[in-house]
Amino acid sequence: MNSAIYRQSTRRRLLAAGVFTLLALLPPALQAFGQEFYISFAARVLIFALVATSLNFVVGFGGMVAFGHAAFFGAGAYTVAVLMEMGIASAFVSWPAAIAVAVLLAHGIGFVSLRTRGVYFIMITLAFAQMLYYLAISMKTWGGDDGLSLATRSGFGPLDLKHDPTFYWVALASLGLCLYLLDRITHARFGRVLQAIRENESRMEGLGYPVLGYKLLCFVIGAAMAGLAGALIANHGQLASPNLLQWTQSGTLLVMVIVGGVGALYGGAVGAVVLLLAEEVLAHYTTHWHAALGLILLLVVFRAPKGIAAWVHGLFARGEKHE
Amino acid sequence: MSESLLVIDGVSRHFGGVTALAEVSFSVAAGEVHALIGPNGAGKTTLIHQISGAQRPDAGRIVFSGEDLTALPMHTRVQRGMARSWQITNVFNRLTLLDNVVLAVKGRQRDWGSGFRFWQPVDDEQALIDEARGWLAEVGLGGRERTLAGSLAHGEQRQLEVVLALATKPKLLLLDEPMAGTGPEESERMVALIGKLARHVTILLVEHDMDAVFRLADRISVLVGGRLVCTGLPDEVRAHPEVRRAYLGEAA
Repeated sequence: MNSAIYRQSTRRRLLAAGVFTLLALLPPALQAFGQEFYISFAARVLIFALVATSLNFVVGFGGMVAFGHAAFFGAGAYTVAVLMEMGIASAFVSWPAAIAVAVLLAHGIGFVSLRTRGVYFIMITLAFAQMLYYLAISMKTWGGDDGLSLATRSGFGPLDLKHDPTFYWVALASLGLCLYLLDRITHARFGRVLQAIRENESRMEGLGYPVLGYKLLCFVIGAAMAGLAGALIANHGQLASPNLLQWTQSGTLLVMVIVGGVGALYGGAVGAVVLLLAEEVLAHYTTHWHAALGLILLLVVFRAPKGIAAWVHGLFARGEKHE
Repeated sequence: MSESLLVIDGVSRHFGGVTALAEVSFSVAAGEVHALIGPNGAGKTTLIHQISGAQRPDAGRIVFSGEDLTALPMHTRVQRGMARSWQITNVFNRLTLLDNVVLAVKGRQRDWGSGFRFWQPVDDEQALIDEARGWLAEVGLGGRERTLAGSLAHGEQRQLEVVLALATKPKLLLLDEPMAGTGPEESERMVALIGKLARHVTILLVEHDMDAVFRLADRISVLVGGRLVCTGLPDEVRAHPEVRRAYLGEAA
């Protein structure tokens, strides 16, 4: 049996760097095959990979089963849309603003929710997210049920985000940056302390760690990254939809994390890719793709109960020498 | 008697209608091993909870090094120099022994920057690791650094439990039944360990093993039904009629 602490592995980092290089080459490859349509789809997958990764940090490393992560995703999207409505189209203003709004919300929601445990935490985070959802659909100036559409994509200096490959690369860079940050964080003191709190909260309190502060900060970091993903998704479809805030969205994100691997750094990203790809492929063949997807999920849960990423780690670990 | 490190002043605690502690007052002098004994349900662990900050008393004060800690949370009390062990082993089962102790060492470095370091990989911090190895060696767990705490024998887990508290370098060590569930041989090792520790740190020891208590304790306080019956030297306590009736009589 292995330690529950997530340790860095050079192999895993090299593999990730390789995958990123290949992903960076995807747009020209798709263009060469005349499949430009899929560039936009791939960008969407990357955005969901980012938001699932941010949730995985909260759930898998912080040990907090948050069922309201959509709140931060949606808040980021609405911030960008509202700012654009007000005539502020620059990504250098509206994207940081999206992150800031998510961070502020997470402070408030986390401060209250973290006083509860287990199923109560799940319910209270869900309740906060639903409050935001109902706020969004009740705001006629924000488009109510229809959501708030963006006249154009955000301005990003010399880069033209309306150009699909450029947008794809920006999404890929955002995901890469966040994964790199989380890789550093999880292996630095903060991340180790966080994982130890997940393992045994009362003992950490007994060793002199301000447990609540650590958990809140973890929650806020996850929310910040979800806010950035929200800014991206609003630009992607040029729409801030209330669906982004709905509880089903939070649920989907949790499924992605569970399928990919709770507490594995790349778990969220893997889960998002697998789920969205499966959805896309299955929808081609049958209108009953939901049922087929359910079967695949069952298979994953039975074959790889700790998620796909953990299962792959296991394959790698067999090849690696033990310390 | 030297000055008091810990003063428990009129501490009461109720759970619903049940009085677990009724105006308990005594003090622990710097440098002593102070044992807290009493029959099952006397409120010993409840009192440890009030002192360590796991719970707040309904009335009374906890004064440590001249500072009133009653309103402070547990982690702040640990930072002031008070560490506890648990009656039911409370370690990081899914972590290695080394990781367990590294966490305790790290927790001691109190500046805001220490635990909230986001960049430097921990596995590169050799000083931390060396110190943690030292602590493990001190209690005879050297060479087992890579073992998961959950796979240790019960007696070894009890030792780890004490080491975790110890590695925070406390002024006062609260040991809640360190010998709970251990066999005679393991108990003997624990008595030797506590005896060794007592030279450097003040200890408040809750224990059922009377043999160990009378060997280790400089002074003893007796709790019966949430009420303090007496505090005194071992011989005085042994001779105290109410103690004999309420406690030792039962055990004999």
